[in-house]
Amino acid sequence: MSRAHPLRLLVLGFALLTLAACGKKEEAPPPQAQAPAPQAAQEVVVKIGLAAPLTGPQAHIGQDIKNGAQLAIDDLNTRGVEIGGKKVRFQLIAEDDEANPTKATTVAQKLVDSGVVAVVGHFNSGASIPASKIYSDAGIPQISPSSTNPKYTLQGFKTTFRVVAHDDQQGPVDARFAVEKLGAKRIAVIDDSTAYGQGLADAFAATAKSLGAEIVAREHTTDKDTDFKAILTRIKGKNPDLVFFGGIDPQAGPMKKQMAELGINAKFMGGDGMQTPNFIKLAGETAEGAMASIPGLPKDKMPGGKEFLERFKQKFGVEVELFAPMAYDAVMVFADSMKRAGSTDPAKFLPEVGKTQYQGVIGPIAFDEKGDLKDGPITIYVVKNGQWEPLETVTPTAAAPAKQAEAPAPPQAVQK
Amino acid sequence: MDVFLQQLVNGLILGSIYAIVALGYTMVYGIIGLINFAHGDIVMVGALVAWTVCTALAGSAVPAPLILLAAAGAAMVVCMTLGVSIERVAYRPLRRAPRLAPLITAIGMSILLQYSAALIWSKQYLALPAILQPTMYTVAGATVTDLQVFIFLLACALMAALAWFIKRTRIGKAMRATEQNRDVAGLMGIDVNRIIAFTFLVGSGLAAIAGLMVILYYGIGHYFMGFMLGLKAFTAAVLGGIGKVNGAMLGGMLLGVVEALASGYIGDLTGGWLGSNYRDVFAFLVLVLVLVLRPSGLIGGPVSERA
Repeated sequence: MSRAHPLRLLVLGFALLTLAACGKKEEAPPPQAQAPAPQAAQEVVVKIGLAAPLTGPQAHIGQDIKNGAQLAIDDLNTRGVEIGGKKVRFQLIAEDDEANPTKATTVAQKLVDSGVVAVVGHFNSGASIPASKIYSDAGIPQISPSSTNPKYTLQGFKTTFRVVAHDDQQGPVDARFAVEKLGAKRIAVIDDSTAYGQGLADAFAATAKSLGAEIVAREHTTDKDTDFKAILTRIKGKNPDLVFFGGIDPQAGPMKKQMAELGINAKFMGGDGMQTPNFIKLAGETAEGAMASIPGLPKDKMPGGKEFLERFKQKFGVEVELFAPMAYDAVMVFADSMKRAGSTDPAKFLPEVGKTQYQGVIGPIAFDEKGDLKDGPITIYVVKNGQWEPLETVTPTAAAPAKQAEAPAPPQAVQK
Repeated sequence: MDVFLQQLVNGLILGSIYAIVALGYTMVYGIIGLINFAHGDIVMVGALVAWTVCTALAGSAVPAPLILLAAAGAAMVVCMTLGVSIERVAYRPLRRAPRLAPLITAIGMSILLQYSAALIWSKQYLALPAILQPTMYTVAGATVTDLQVFIFLLACALMAALAWFIKRTRIGKAMRATEQNRDVAGLMGIDVNRIIAFTFLVGSGLAAIAGLMVILYYGIGHYFMGFMLGLKAFTAAVLGGIGKVNGAMLGGMLLGVVEALASGYIGDLTGGWLGSNYRDVFAFLVLVLVLVLRPSGLIGGPVSERA
């Protein structure tokens, strides 16, 4: 046999590899609770769906959301809930969307088919948006604990809600903070090319520009990359005094580290996707001084925060990562709406979700006509001594932001 | 700061890593005409083994150079065992089979390695604890860390040693003979199986070092990290001329530089139409161009038809 056809062989190899990459093995679905065995006479089982990335680089966040929702379900079941005169037992059906938009629609359909009456999820905006159409078609209300892309609630669906402030609120808050409080004049903006990252970065850039700052570079990376040296080198050449990143911690951490290695002294700021302990682990010492905003009050400043954090830690043996309180409240909002409607039928309790006036762990929850959280607060944090510490909380609609703490950004610890 | 020079430095370091990995592709292709698609994942295993050792020893009293040596040693032992076992189990039985068969087992091995790693190390991104505190130097306006210099020099030293080894030693001679014609080499008294296993041994050892370099340089590891790295290194091997050891070096360095420059300047060149998130495209654009214009690579001679 001749060796003369490397070309043909290579093309074939690539085709096969592409196939192999596309067909990334699907995780075995988490064991779903079978129909509970013997039920009490008139006990009704109400299935609540949950969709989040339970595997992959963002699994820690997905797991956090799942735990939050599970805690709410357990609380409801221990307390014993009666809806329309019948005893109700709640059950969580969790599905892994792998943070993948395509997988998200499959998972959404699976949840609908398995008879859930409401869904908590998804985590990623890129997953929530395509999935929302499926829930809307099925008439099932969906509350995302974390998706912040504005488009999510702008599609005109009656079933989409969220319990966090969205990017069009978060980005401008960040920008105002960067320009007015930190005095940033030359700003470089990077995003991870996802619906979330790009949306946040765009909203940030637009406001920063309107406030008189110059956007000296607008760069994109992907949510898989770990090498940002080329982008950062380019940015360094533009000599910015602040770098804003729209993306998640697996990219933000190494990015901060590589900034230090390139001797970039600019401040580093991002959104909720990087406000995690994981970011500090990944960036190591260079995390010091990085800032990130996150919708909601600081965890321990939430009205129900302290108690929630304790019970969460006790039950799952881990700290709350990010969105567990939001997921908890999302389940509670559903239960509350069902109680008011006196029915577990989505068609009957859906209108009640929109009228929610609920005092949750995260604070008062009410939705506007689009399904967005009314007056959702946003808090900006800074890494100090290897910990995220709250700097300032802003309510986007409030005219005068309530100042909580002195906000001098600590000097960047990059000289090594 | 000199942006161009800095991009060049970024590219050369990236290129050093590509080159070391490309050597593994090129040596195996040279000797048995197989594209070992599992090679990128051997690098991943090397990186994650090094990560495990470093994480276990970080914070202890062990000095940093010793931790690195231990990490390199462990990674090499695991990768070499893995490389030789894969050859024995997945490729040797298929050596006389049509070419498609070992190619498919190679892809199978790649996926097997990835998901085994996902089971062992989880699917999370793994952060390397700070063992080294790189010192930064400014050279002609570009920032260089001692870690970068170390990676570059180590890569050059490894490549020079390999080139010398293949050219000057008996076993290197036997490797070249096997590459020329396996059957005749066998008739001349060369233990072909041993030579092929040895090739895998050396290639996997280099992959382990490359894995250590990657985890030290980026400080982050992941079960899927070998995939793109493998494809890029493979591209580098083809660019230089697959089967040629010095081609792998040239191709690796060149590809690293092309990638760094392209992702650094694409935004300016296209007026913001394409961003640096398109940088992976350049490697494969290079691959396509090479295959179309010069299939034998930059320094490969024409591939002769053999009976």
